[in-house]
Amino acid sequence: MLIKRADRFTHSDVTPRALYLDRRRFITSGLVGGAAALALMPRSARAAAPSGQPLAAQKNAAMSLTEAQTPFKDATTYNNFYEFGTDKEDPSRNAHTLRTRPWSVKVEGHCAKPRSFDIEELLKLAPLEERIYSLRCVEAWSMIIPWIGYSLSALLKKVEPTGQAKFVEFITLYDPEQMPGQKKGLFGWSGIDYPYVEGLRMDEAMHPLTLLTVGMYGQVLPNQNGAPVRVVIPWKYGFKSGKSIVRIRLVSEQPKTAWEKAQPSEYGFYSNVNPTKDHPRWSQATERRIGEFRRRKTLPFNGYGDQVASLYAGMDLNKFY
Amino acid sequence: MTRRGRIALKALAWTVCLAPLGWLGYLAAIGDLTPNPISFVTNTLGDWTFRILLASLAATPLRILTGWAWPISLRRLLGLFAFFYALLHFAVWLMLDHFFDWAALGADIVKRPYITVGMAALILLVPLAATSTSGMIRRLGGASWRRLHRLVYVIGVLAALHYLWLAKKVNPEPYYYIAVLALLLAIRIGAWIRHRLAGRDPTGSPRASTPARPPASS
Repeated sequence: MLIKRADRFTHSDVTPRALYLDRRRFITSGLVGGAAALALMPRSARAAAPSGQPLAAQKNAAMSLTEAQTPFKDATTYNNFYEFGTDKEDPSRNAHTLRTRPWSVKVEGHCAKPRSFDIEELLKLAPLEERIYSLRCVEAWSMIIPWIGYSLSALLKKVEPTGQAKFVEFITLYDPEQMPGQKKGLFGWSGIDYPYVEGLRMDEAMHPLTLLTVGMYGQVLPNQNGAPVRVVIPWKYGFKSGKSIVRIRLVSEQPKTAWEKAQPSEYGFYSNVNPTKDHPRWSQATERRIGEFRRRKTLPFNGYGDQVASLYAGMDLNKFY
Repeated sequence: MTRRGRIALKALAWTVCLAPLGWLGYLAAIGDLTPNPISFVTNTLGDWTFRILLASLAATPLRILTGWAWPISLRRLLGLFAFFYALLHFAVWLMLDHFFDWAALGADIVKRPYITVGMAALILLVPLAATSTSGMIRRLGGASWRRLHRLVYVIGVLAALHYLWLAKKVNPEPYYYIAVLALLLAIRIGAWIRHRLAGRDPTGSPRASTPARPPASS
């Protein structure tokens, strides 16, 4: 595999000679037994930070946090994108098989002007903004990431949703050749029913914070982060933010989302960040910010309560989790 | 087995059991414990606790199947290493992950079934580790010692539940461990039934028992 794709690696990907020799010496020193070395070796083959294509964007300070940003390397090597494997470092190793051109996103359903948008058109549909958001994973860790994109509402307005459009469904690419994690495993094992589907209520989708995202850290989205286009909904757990989107449907019924289907007892449709509503198996009261040692308290709506709490007025969010 | 062979075997077991720790130390030294080091170290130590526990549980079935005596000579070493890794796994959770937040830890142990069974497995390992010396085996007597150490089956099942309940449903890995555990238990149960039918006592004494079949070579 490596040989076939050798042209994808630059000189900076090569392990420095000193490190290589050091590792050699370490192994031969006898500390590492054969079995253990075999079992743990893949973890050392970590992909270097991709040197992506720059993407210009206007900083949107009003919608940005001022906290320290998560290092680019951490945000691009510690990912949940099961289409490329279930280990955190799998997407950064495997997502090179994703072809992000040509790419189009079909927007359809209850709207006056359903149509397909080519990725080049999407990049120019509205002025690109940089917004620094907090990303809170349901697994109780978080990152601060400078995303590039514009409010999803700009795209949705183009197709003129009708009154019947109550929900928006996001559908990720389904292509097991490009996304090896979608292949069925041993005994037909498949935890998630692909393609990955996520959804929002119409008012959530039209909220200015909901970002149609095409870049991060001043560059085009790396494959492992959901290239070429994804959504980011900062007040919800990370899995709500569908990646590598090929279809957006305006529907009248609440969509059945991928995690709801896989484990209905653990994942609800709303999945707003909520420190008082524990995941059935772990507490959501605290989180570990990547790069920090001590846990910090999780904030309701991931700190975006002032902007979004009104969307849920009168709703029992411990029931509609 | 010759004295030199026994020493070589023990040395190999020590090396293999210490290697994961050495590897973690090496990754820590080069600053490559992933962007979420505490989680990575906790999970790695947990993985190796279970692997070494399964290795210790494999000693008797291996003897039953092959008649070899040498696996039994590694059983205590492997069992103690499993306990050692379980303690490290617990210590990282207690000290690094939750930083001695006793209230949160207590709530977790009571409220999270995967943590409850994990704690139970760790606590049950304590009497087994404490009675692992030859002196304790003598003091307890072979029969009671064997009865006590059958707790290791319970510990194996608790460890499997711990992993199964904490992993996401989409992760098939816990089932690999469960398959190995089930196989090892099935071999013992098979042997036990065979001995019952033959009207003999099941074997499984710590060191001095007669092998199920005479060893092919010694």
